[in-house]
Amino acid sequence: MAQGSTGGQITAGQQAGSQAGWRKLWSDYSESPLAVAALFVFATILFIAIFAPFVSPTDPYDLATVDIMNSRLAPGSEDFAGNLYILGTDGAGRDMLSSIFYGLRVSLGVGALSGLIALIVGAILGLSAAYFGGRYETIIMRIVDIQLSFPSILMALVILAIFGKGVEKTIIALILVQWAYYARAARASALVEKNKEYVEAAKCLALGDRRIILNHITPNCMAPLIVVGTLQTAHAISLEATLSFLGLGLPITEPSLGLLIGNGFEYMYTGDYWISIFPGIALLITIVSINLVGDQLRDMFNPRLQR
Amino acid sequence: MTAFVLRRSLQSILVLFVMSLIVFAGVNLVGDPVDMLINPEADQQEIERVIKDLGLDRPVTEQYWYFLVNAFQGDLGKSFVFGEPALKLIVQRMPATFELALFSLLIAVVFGIPLGIYAGLKPASKVSRTIMAGSILGFSMPTFWVGIILIMFFSVHLGWLPSTGRGDVATVFGITSSIFTLDGLSHIFLPAFNLALFKLSSVIRLARAGTREIILQDYIKFARAKGLSEKRVINVHLLKNILIPIVTVIGLEFGSLIAFSTVTETVFAWPGMGKLIIEAIYNLDRPIIVAYLMIIVLIFVTLNLIVDITYSLLDPRVRIKGEG
Repeated sequence: MAQGSTGGQITAGQQAGSQAGWRKLWSDYSESPLAVAALFVFATILFIAIFAPFVSPTDPYDLATVDIMNSRLAPGSEDFAGNLYILGTDGAGRDMLSSIFYGLRVSLGVGALSGLIALIVGAILGLSAAYFGGRYETIIMRIVDIQLSFPSILMALVILAIFGKGVEKTIIALILVQWAYYARAARASALVEKNKEYVEAAKCLALGDRRIILNHITPNCMAPLIVVGTLQTAHAISLEATLSFLGLGLPITEPSLGLLIGNGFEYMYTGDYWISIFPGIALLITIVSINLVGDQLRDMFNPRLQR
Repeated sequence: MTAFVLRRSLQSILVLFVMSLIVFAGVNLVGDPVDMLINPEADQQEIERVIKDLGLDRPVTEQYWYFLVNAFQGDLGKSFVFGEPALKLIVQRMPATFELALFSLLIAVVFGIPLGIYAGLKPASKVSRTIMAGSILGFSMPTFWVGIILIMFFSVHLGWLPSTGRGDVATVFGITSSIFTLDGLSHIFLPAFNLALFKLSSVIRLARAGTREIILQDYIKFARAKGLSEKRVINVHLLKNILIPIVTVIGLEFGSLIAFSTVTETVFAWPGMGKLIIEAIYNLDRPIIVAYLMIIVLIFVTLNLIVDITYSLLDPRVRIKGEG
């Protein structure tokens, strides 16, 4: 009985506490103006990616509006109908700016989806490895060690070389490459958490293993996983772009930024720089902004730098 | 110690074995091995001959045994495109890749250490901030895009350096390399710099972090108090101590340079094994893919084994933990 009532109080207190927590989180985060700027830039990119059909001047994949006569127009030029191409057009006469907006959508989508699934798979394996220990832990962590000793680009190449290219195959390759990073981070923080008193208390209440892992340990391991998640997502976007550029990742029906850059590669020697430079700049801004946000989060959650 | 080396070597062999199983399974079980391993342009007679040669008419376990035995004898099939043994083609292109990787390692060290030390000695100066911002960019920029920018600027726009191929090669002390000729050097510079950029950024960061830590140590204070010139303090006392972590990381990351050379070699048309594998994937030249995977796994397992054994020699704790 007494336990029930204090339980209620804790929940109420937690709510007030979590509001203050968010405020503290933001005040910690906004200490670095660069990180705030990066977050703003990333939010803008995310907005463009989600609402690409509405913010793009034209639909680059609508064959009715694309005219081959407008191919390789320089940035800032107009076609006969008076349409302005701020960033020029590519070899097929598509507006670069619109292609980049649509490309961001594909790149971010593939990066985020693969990152999320890898996070879930990696976290479950890492947390359970730390919790159960023993032979199970040894086997999982040995696989993680071996996998991390190979560079991610190589792993992805191997997988795509065997299975061939395609959207789902690229996503599967990115998941298989990334899960080990999440598993390692999850296990490291779960090892610390599992010996704390609240876990002991939960065990004394005879709660099930699954409930202890999911409801008790997981929330306390989220901070490092979020940090790894941001940095890994940037990495995944970059990796997908590389694979698509090489022609091994996404098919031409799903033009990500990497494919756009690859398209421009053909025109490089003719001096039509904009076809591969601008998608590259968009990719760079995306990756740098995510990395800066991730760096700031890492500093915030790093107990050694706690003020 | 012997026990550790033995155990670790056994583990490496196990990894090699597992990888061979994965590659075999990938090629043989996912798709139809007849489609995968036989030249699509072969006629019926040829197909039947190769099926018998490769033992594709036998049970899967027996096939795997044949694959292993052939692999041990250095026979990993013939390339569909070149009609030559896949292994030979890869070994032929290996020197070009190693030369590129070593040269970029050199660039990373020669430029990275001084820049990192400078940034560590004067952390607040504008130049240091620029160096560190540059290293963040170096981490974030996708290798292939930087390669394109380098070609556009230095080859197309300025016309200073060539952008494709290996250039003239010369043989010195039995090693054939393009770094011995001026033309070869001009060819290797751009791709090597491209490949080095990522390593350069991490060497700068390591050197900076090391400098900031070591500059506070008593022996540096003592060296200064002794009246040694700043130059000597930096070149001898500081440099020697920051080199330890840098050398470790470089050793560990040499393999990743070889892996990333696939990208750089494709952009710069460098005739190494990285370009070969990408082309093999395009052309569905499966014997080359299988051979490349087995070779690269062998290289990595060997590198990791060397690193681990070196570690255990330098740091006995690794050994004890491994045995515990």
